[in-house]
Amino acid sequence: MRASLAAWLFTAPALVVLAVFFGLPVLAALLLSLTDFDLYALADPAHLRFVALDNYLDLLRTPMFWKALGNTVYFVAVGVPLSIAVSLAAALLLNSPLARVRAAFRTALFAPVVTTLVAVAVIWRYLFHTGYGLVNWALGHLGIGPVDWLGDPRWAMPTIMLFAVWKNFGYNMVIFLAGLQAIPQDLYEAARIDGASRWRQFLHITLPQLGPVLLVVGVITISGYFQLFAEPYVMTRGDPLQSTVSVLYYMFEEGFKWWNLGRASAVAFLLFLIILGVTALLLRAGRRRGLV
Amino acid sequence: MSVVGRSRRHALQVNGALLLLAALSLTPLLWMVSVSLMARGEASQFPPPFLPASATLDSYRELFAGTGIGRNFANSLLVSIAITALSLLLNTMAGYAFAKLRFVGRERLFQLLLAALVVPAQVAMLPLFLLMKQLGLVNSYWGVIVPGMASVFGIFLVRQYARGIPDELIEAARIDGAGELRIFFQIVLPMLKPVLVTLAIFTFMGAWNDFMWPLIVLTDQEHYTLPVALAALSREHIMDVELMMAGAVVTVLPVLALFLLLQRYYIQGLLLGSVKG
Repeated sequence: MRASLAAWLFTAPALVVLAVFFGLPVLAALLLSLTDFDLYALADPAHLRFVALDNYLDLLRTPMFWKALGNTVYFVAVGVPLSIAVSLAAALLLNSPLARVRAAFRTALFAPVVTTLVAVAVIWRYLFHTGYGLVNWALGHLGIGPVDWLGDPRWAMPTIMLFAVWKNFGYNMVIFLAGLQAIPQDLYEAARIDGASRWRQFLHITLPQLGPVLLVVGVITISGYFQLFAEPYVMTRGDPLQSTVSVLYYMFEEGFKWWNLGRASAVAFLLFLIILGVTALLLRAGRRRGLV
Repeated sequence: MSVVGRSRRHALQVNGALLLLAALSLTPLLWMVSVSLMARGEASQFPPPFLPASATLDSYRELFAGTGIGRNFANSLLVSIAITALSLLLNTMAGYAFAKLRFVGRERLFQLLLAALVVPAQVAMLPLFLLMKQLGLVNSYWGVIVPGMASVFGIFLVRQYARGIPDELIEAARIDGAGELRIFFQIVLPMLKPVLVTLAIFTFMGAWNDFMWPLIVLTDQEHYTLPVALAALSREHIMDVELMMAGAVVTVLPVLALFLLLQRYYIQGLLLGSVKG
């Protein structure tokens, strides 16, 4: 009895904070998305009207929303596989018995993860500067003319993808590394005795053994990449030609620039539903293969 | 080709590839430091110089004197330390209770918390802003601190670790007549030390690097944290490479140093939080 009372006292502070500053706002966002809450309602709540699903229906008719969604899906569809591939390759290299000074390499490859996103995004703006950026200078040596990385609608999003991969690959690399170290060594020994090549060992031992880890990493990375915001905010402001406006960037502008909080909440919920849907599909595919 | 020759070539490939990856990872950071030490305008030349002709701290001087970034640095420090201290206390208490104290609905409540992890934080931000406005916390440090005072991730991490504490130890203390608070602070807390260090680094870095919420809730330069101030600065001084790089160094250096010092704990937390979750 006494322990039970203590338990409530111990959990109450954290639970109250989470309920008031997260649970409640999430529920409020759902309600807000069903209203026309805007600048007028912000000044006087009497202007607030219930509009049912109008915000959602309206969004589905708004070209800019589709553009933002398209940009975000592009970022996820290319950025996530690329990011996971680089992470896995780096983990395999670090896990190789031939690798020297492993701890130092691991630290170096992980360093971008802990840096402040805004600060390193500013660095990348200069590295990818058309005129005096290091990247175009290096490409010039290969005979490639200057590319307007962040100013060309075709290149702006790929540049942001490269940046995201550079910034994030170390995180999944560490998770993969732990997964690789958990694979029993005798599996490889048996394969070597059978004369299996390195590539076949990777396909038939490493990948299947990493399956569950891959699934977890996939889910975390996809939902993270769907939440693209700070990169376009700092590097491009959504430009050129709105080619880097992401769903969250659009939500931010609708909500905090134009103060259409009802509409912006609907954007947030649509994004949430999309993430939920994609994650559920991924988990189902994983379950079918017996990974969960 | 001999077996030795082949494995040597392979070793060269592995280490060469690692060296290349390390160079790609570190070049932007090294370039940042180098440019921050250049004279004004030096970096905006072609070909771009790698090292300053003669290193100078001019950009740092102007950064602190001209843009008031010292104030933003102090803001970041204050907010991050407050979030770390408060959330550490609240999460640890809750995590311990979820692991070791029996109460009705414990498992169901914990499941609910875990389910909340799928909701992106941004969903809550619009109403949270309105709530903060009601509470008069918009454009104040508390506006940033309060929502960060507890986290599901933190509770989860502590719970995982606290489950390893033997029940007999807690029971024995109860029989000796120790109160629950005393058991928590004198017996449990010392045993949780490793996970507390891990959680503290995670929380501090998360708070220091956080951008979107501070951007929303802080509305004037006086209160900006470093990332928000830097983003604003980059809009004003975009042509001023050296100044911006000095600002980036000031922002990145504290977390990078902290990571280098306490790397082991950080990696541990990362693994606890993702793989076993």
